[in-house]
Amino acid sequence: MLSLFNAKTTTRLQSWGHYPQLEPMAVVPVFWLSDLPDLAAFEQPVLPFAYGRSYGDSCLNEGGVSLNVSYLKRFISFDPKEGLLRCEAGMSLADILQVVVPRGWFLPVSPGTKFVSVGGAIANDIHGKNHHKAGTFGCHVTRFEVLRSNGERLLCSPYENRELFCATIGGLGLTGLILWAEFRLKPIVNSFIDIESIRFSSLDEFLQLSADSDLDFEYTVSWVDCLCGGSKLGRGLFMRGNHNRSQEYSARRMPAKLPLVIPFDLPSFTLNTLTVKAFNEVYYHKQLSKVVRRVLSYEPFFYPLDAIEQWNRIYGKRGFLQYQCVVPFDNGGEVMKELLRRISRSGEGSFLAVLKTFGDVPSTGMLSFPQPGITLALDFSYRGKKTLQLCEELDGIVRQSRGRVYPAKDARMSRESFQTYFPQWHEFERSIDPKFSSSFWRRVVPTV
Amino acid sequence: MKVMILGATSAIAHETTKCFARDSAELFLVARDEAKVTAVANDLKVRGAKRVATFVLDLSELERHQEMFDSALTTLESIDMLLIAHGTLGDQRLCEQSVAETVQQFNNNCTSVISLLTISANYFEQQRHGCIAVISSVAGDRGRQSNYVYGTSKAAVSSFLQGVRNRLYKAGVCVVTIKPGFVDTPMTAHLKKGPLFASAHSVGEGVYRAMKQGSDIVYLPWFWRPIMLLIRSLPESVFKRLSL
Ligand SMILES: Cc1cc2nc3c(=O)[nH]c(=O)nc-3n(C[C@H](O)[C@H](O)[C@H](O)COP(=O)(O)OP(=O)(O)OC[C@H]3O[C@@H](n4cnc5c(N)ncnc54)[C@H](O)[C@@H]3O)c2cc1C
Ligand SMILES: NC(=O)c1ccc[n+]([C@@H]2O[C@H](COP(=O)([O-])OP(=O)(O)OC[C@H]3O[C@@H](n4cnc5c(N)ncnc54)[C@H](OP(=O)(O)O)[C@@H]3O)[C@@H](O)[C@H]2O)c1
Repeated sequence: MLSLFNAKTTTRLQSWGHYPQLEPMAVVPVFWLSDLPDLAAFEQPVLPFAYGRSYGDSCLNEGGVSLNVSYLKRFISFDPKEGLLRCEAGMSLADILQVVVPRGWFLPVSPGTKFVSVGGAIANDIHGKNHHKAGTFGCHVTRFEVLRSNGERLLCSPYENRELFCATIGGLGLTGLILWAEFRLKPIVNSFIDIESIRFSSLDEFLQLSADSDLDFEYTVSWVDCLCGGSKLGRGLFMRGNHNRSQEYSARRMPAKLPLVIPFDLPSFTLNTLTVKAFNEVYYHKQLSKVVRRVLSYEPFFYPLDAIEQWNRIYGKRGFLQYQCVVPFDNGGEVMKELLRRISRSGEGSFLAVLKTFGDVPSTGMLSFPQPGITLALDFSYRGKKTLQLCEELDGIVRQSRGRVYPAKDARMSRESFQTYFPQWHEFERSIDPKFSSSFWRRVVPTV
Repeated sequence: MKVMILGATSAIAHETTKCFARDSAELFLVARDEAKVTAVANDLKVRGAKRVATFVLDLSELERHQEMFDSALTTLESIDMLLIAHGTLGDQRLCEQSVAETVQQFNNNCTSVISLLTISANYFEQQRHGCIAVISSVAGDRGRQSNYVYGTSKAAVSSFLQGVRNRLYKAGVCVVTIKPGFVDTPMTAHLKKGPLFASAHSVGEGVYRAMKQGSDIVYLPWFWRPIMLLIRSLPESVFKRLSL
């Protein structure tokens, strides 16, 4: 009690997967754009850290200096005619939604959680359910300012410092500290989404549904059951949606729900294969008819997991890995089946598996993850070697198919894998700030 | 609604002011750093404030308090709510070695607040409605070795507020004493954050609710009330032995 009072307990920065656990030497908060730290004065390498919604070690900097940018969360300006928003880089998408949705605007691209910063959205050039239409977040960024360790503050846009602009989008926080950014919002009529969910029983059916939906539906995403092999392989739910356009819904208020919080790490046995199988069974059969149509407010559609704050704690202390890959369309169906077969054979429980097709809108970022093809994302409870081996096996398939694995979610890919997935890393390296580095980068790129 | 914020660049005050901005209030912000208060003002404009005016002043300059207050009245015409939030934690060790530093800390956290309260109490007493809120601290509830210079100034502020509350009650003016515990803000950046730390956001919203409700004395978060009750009830003969 007295030690609590003296506030001597440690501050910890963790990534979302709680694996690996790596401590920086120091955490330096950045409070004001007008009062920035002298980065050159740090002896250790530095790396920005916002909300730690990356899963693995790309936001971690073991033994280095983590710049905590989560205090930089002020709006700078908003042009309601053009929908152009400018804000500090630590601003969360949740805060933005709260302010812009009632005024008829929406994020151009939304990830699966709204507790992500604008700086993090740029550094991982994030994608959402509308990738096939809108591309990545970086596609909507018009400008930002970067602080380099030599003290320079550089304005970056497609017209100024273009190389740094392209390197910083998807640049994993390595090209300098993004101070603020400006990006384009999209107009909406109300905050509701018209949703259709369709049950599918195979991967081929999923691909057909995607092909049929990509033109008329702005948002598509699927949930797939990874535990069933054999004839049930690739069964799942396809969800597609558009912004509702009726004036009638504009007057409705969104239900304000209190989030459910998981206050501590649950013991790891809560999540074994059996519980997951049961969960998947219920999820799949929850829907009795083949197609269900609903109108939902945007939050449960875009951020279903945010309803349970800190859901990552259900994986217990040892944490978990997320694996997200994309494989090109060319023969992609077969490759994806092979991946699913391996996963189902391994019996490693996956709580959530998400399947989606990426479109061909080119990403602005030099090192952006999305490319046209099919993407699969799922979690593995971390069980040491066994889990790492399975992921390495999956990597083998992805490498061969000329696909990629998402660094924002990675804690384990090999150097060889990274350099095969992102051969452009050599070109990217030129834009790295000499003072910046991350645990991820030291892992996948040899230091000279 | 017309709201005046003193020490408007404080992280807690900014969170409170965001709530007023959401209500489309008219704001008059006072702070000592021009770049910071401009950043705060821009943010509040985007968040919906009907209008935002700023005034740059180091609040330890007591002789300019009246001028600042007049300027606020010229701009807003009247004031419904006033929040006094500025403060510095100071360096207790340094204070122990320097009378000048001790007095300066005391002046910044207490004398300046007393000056501001003296001017504004007269205004609100005449207006016969409105709310004055001041951010004091749990540190003012009992002196302890780690920060008693700061604690003493907050204790004096809390006592002064009791008197003003008692005086303005008849005029129908609310006087709110806010006593936060540990809050994660620039003021506590050097401290390691434990489970007792609250976010500036939750405390700032608590300040807003207390001002709207016209509460008297508010601990934020609420659990500091029982904790401080316990701390205050320890006999001095025991308390003096603790390293707090
Ligand atoms: C439930 C959940 C769902 C998700 N869904 C998706 C999804 O659908 N699509 C998707 O693409 N991603 C998704 N993600 C991943 C997430 O969007 C990214 O990892 C995002 O970058 C996290 O942002 P953050 O603000 O938490 O940053 P952090 O995780 O703290 O940092 C991420 C990276 O950004 C860098 N960075 C942060 N701020 C700055 C700055 N100011 N300047 C420079 N660099 C900076 C860091 O150095 C680090 O490299 C999801 C994550 C979760 C937990
Ligand atoms: N954080 C806590 O744990 C905690 C606990 C209990 C009570 N409080 C009280 O809460 C209030 C707000 O503090 P905070 O936590 O929000 O910290 P903060 O963000 O550091 O805010 C303090 C603000 O006071 C301003 N200030 C200090 N002296 C000033 C002066 N002479 N003239 C004008 N402005 C001055 C500072 O301005 P500059 O930025 O220009 O320096 C700063 O903006 C303070 O009264 C503090 O004592 C804080």
